[in-house]
Amino acid sequence: MAVTKVQMPKLSEAMESGKIIKWLKKEGDRVQSGDILAEVETDKADVEMEAFGNGVLRKILVPAGEKANVGALIGVIADPNEDISAVVAQAGPAPAASAGSSEESRRPAAVPPQPRREDHAERSPSPSRGPEAPARPTAPPPAAAGPQPASAVTAPGDGGGRVKASPLARKIAAQSGVDLKLVQGSGPGGRIVRRDVEAAGSTPAVTAGAAAPQRVPVQPGVEFEDIALTPMRATIAKRMPLSKAPVPHFYVTSEIAMDAAWELREQLNGLEGQPKISVNDLVVRACALALLEHPGINASFQGDSIRVFHRVHMGIAVALEEGLITPVLRDAHAKSLAQLSAESRDLAERARQRKLRAQELSGATFSISNLGMFDVADFSAIINPPEGAILAVGSVRKVPVVTEGGLGVGRRMAVTLSCDHRVMDGAMGARFLQDVKRLLEEPLRLLV
Amino acid sequence: MAVMSYREALNVALREEMTRDPRVFVIGEEVGLYEGAYKVTQGLLKDFGPKRVVDTPIAESGFTGVGIGAAMTGLRPVVEMMTFNFALLALDQIVNSAAKLHYMSGGQFNVPIVIRGPGGPAHQLAAQHSQSMEVYFYHVPGLKVVRPSTPADAKGLLKAAIRDENPVIFIESETLYNVKGEVPDDPDFVIPLGQAIVRREGTDVTVIAYMGMMYRAMEAAEELASEGISVEIVDPRTLQPMDSGTIIGSVRKTHRAVVVEAGAGFAGMGSEIAAFVTEQAFDDLDAPVERVTGASAPMPYAKNLEKAKTPTKEKIMDAVRRVCYANRS
Repeated sequence: MAVTKVQMPKLSEAMESGKIIKWLKKEGDRVQSGDILAEVETDKADVEMEAFGNGVLRKILVPAGEKANVGALIGVIADPNEDISAVVAQAGPAPAASAGSSEESRRPAAVPPQPRREDHAERSPSPSRGPEAPARPTAPPPAAAGPQPASAVTAPGDGGGRVKASPLARKIAAQSGVDLKLVQGSGPGGRIVRRDVEAAGSTPAVTAGAAAPQRVPVQPGVEFEDIALTPMRATIAKRMPLSKAPVPHFYVTSEIAMDAAWELREQLNGLEGQPKISVNDLVVRACALALLEHPGINASFQGDSIRVFHRVHMGIAVALEEGLITPVLRDAHAKSLAQLSAESRDLAERARQRKLRAQELSGATFSISNLGMFDVADFSAIINPPEGAILAVGSVRKVPVVTEGGLGVGRRMAVTLSCDHRVMDGAMGARFLQDVKRLLEEPLRLLV
Repeated sequence: MAVMSYREALNVALREEMTRDPRVFVIGEEVGLYEGAYKVTQGLLKDFGPKRVVDTPIAESGFTGVGIGAAMTGLRPVVEMMTFNFALLALDQIVNSAAKLHYMSGGQFNVPIVIRGPGGPAHQLAAQHSQSMEVYFYHVPGLKVVRPSTPADAKGLLKAAIRDENPVIFIESETLYNVKGEVPDDPDFVIPLGQAIVRREGTDVTVIAYMGMMYRAMEAAEELASEGISVEIVDPRTLQPMDSGTIIGSVRKTHRAVVVEAGAGFAGMGSEIAAFVTEQAFDDLDAPVERVTGASAPMPYAKNLEKAKTPTKEKIMDAVRRVCYANRS
């Protein structure tokens, strides 16, 4: 009676398809709701995929190494003697098995696999889901348990972008900063309910092990080669024109005297037992404080309204070998330099290891892109929608400056704010930059 | 505290109020010599005499009208309907006179009348005698409607109804007359109209139910507890005016609500409660409000069909599991 369709989950806002890296359960394995079934490579990260039903993993329809579109049937969980042929038939012809796929995936669906009891217990993550989901018995329930529809795992985005969530789930998500678009609903029709939001706040979603792009030694005599797009590069290629074309960008540039900030940073870093503060940490802190004073910049175009955020979630662009990723430092306005330093270091480190959780990759209200380490004088960045602005930060350079007495040497840093003209105007951007400049030129303000 | 039946509690309430206030009198079919079709008025004729315990012909519209006239002139009539299904014959008197005279006389008259008797489904009383009549009355502005589920409530609420200055529809149940419970002896024990009560505390879901359905919900709650679902049960007791505050408070705690009612669901008490819960506690809801109601059909006589029409413990449990998202696998 209970057949659970395993579908490719929508694990990030932009995800349209995912690749199965490997299945952690084999056909015939017993699974419980909450068990990790497989690892999936998405455009942003490698994510563990949970089971949303109890029973036996009867059928794997998409073997490791293959891709499937979001919502596509990739497996079936059911009782050992349940007839699943109709469900499997719905899936259409299975994709061609790749070379690495196990032969189990070709086992005919009609053969009831032997339940394997020995290993499911230790693999099941704690189903800490509150009283509304009492612990399920591991044995399959009796067949007469009532006329419940099989709870299919439905991708939240199925309804054309509208997220189905209970009012309470929405309230809790708003309070805890969880992006409902990234949450898998376990209610009827994929409705997101309270326990899903609470679980999303604590999901260990991502594992390491993504293949870096293969570096092929150049063969003599070969004029060019075509390198397949990594999921990340494909996402960047798709998303950036979607920003640049419809979002009317304009740019405001300012030069900031960094002498005092530089000196403050050296003093701070001379203290024992303090985390090292980078120039970028100072910029993050200055922007976060300035954004509180300029909520019009910390804003997003919503079609028929402008959403102004009262908290600053700072996107910090991190360059990777194969592209770039923008983890989100939440509530940056409420954190000290030391906290910002520790958190952004951790986020960048885990970004490089592709160990970020899905919810750490969304929800930014403003972003910073810093190419200072590459000796860049200045540049401008493309806004990452739905954010309203992004600050491009160049290097701190020693340059000749005019002083009262003549000519001297000073440290200068160029910053360029890219703004969405639908949300703000030039003067707003300029006033914001003035405050950022003041905070960095009188850097003791960053400490209070 | 004495342990007594629901029937005895009603009898005690009538006696105490008739003793306390000489204006209180009882009128209806078989209330005197026969001592009531369900013996609620047992001994009253003997103790209070024929002026205060009045047997009438089978003429609901007539004796209800007599009661309303008496109330307008200062008496406190308690009109018994042998079953509330018969009140349909007196509907014009109740709706057009009792409910409206205070308003239409510009406050010159008020109608302190209690109309009481059993209603709702019982055991194989068939289509005409099993109706949940409260829905016909709580829609009418000017009427208060009481449905007491326990002996203590029966006593406390009937006394409050008799002391009320306005018409009160007081619907008992054939199935509860023999239910026993502790009842305070205090002759001034009164339960104010418009106060709900939490019958059972729980954390996961609020079930709102009264009369027989409340007892069924209790059984369901016991069984659901073994599945790890903690059910809170709220009994409204008075349907008009409704104590929405207690219900909203409970839903804010549990985030889910199931309303159980014996009558057909369309435009019933469940619809009303679902509406105000959604209006006042929308952001606290983790699931839609569910209703468990009688089927939209006349009550069959056959026992198996009677069961099929009526909310059962199993149906209540299913609804609770649904709103708790606990009925998977």
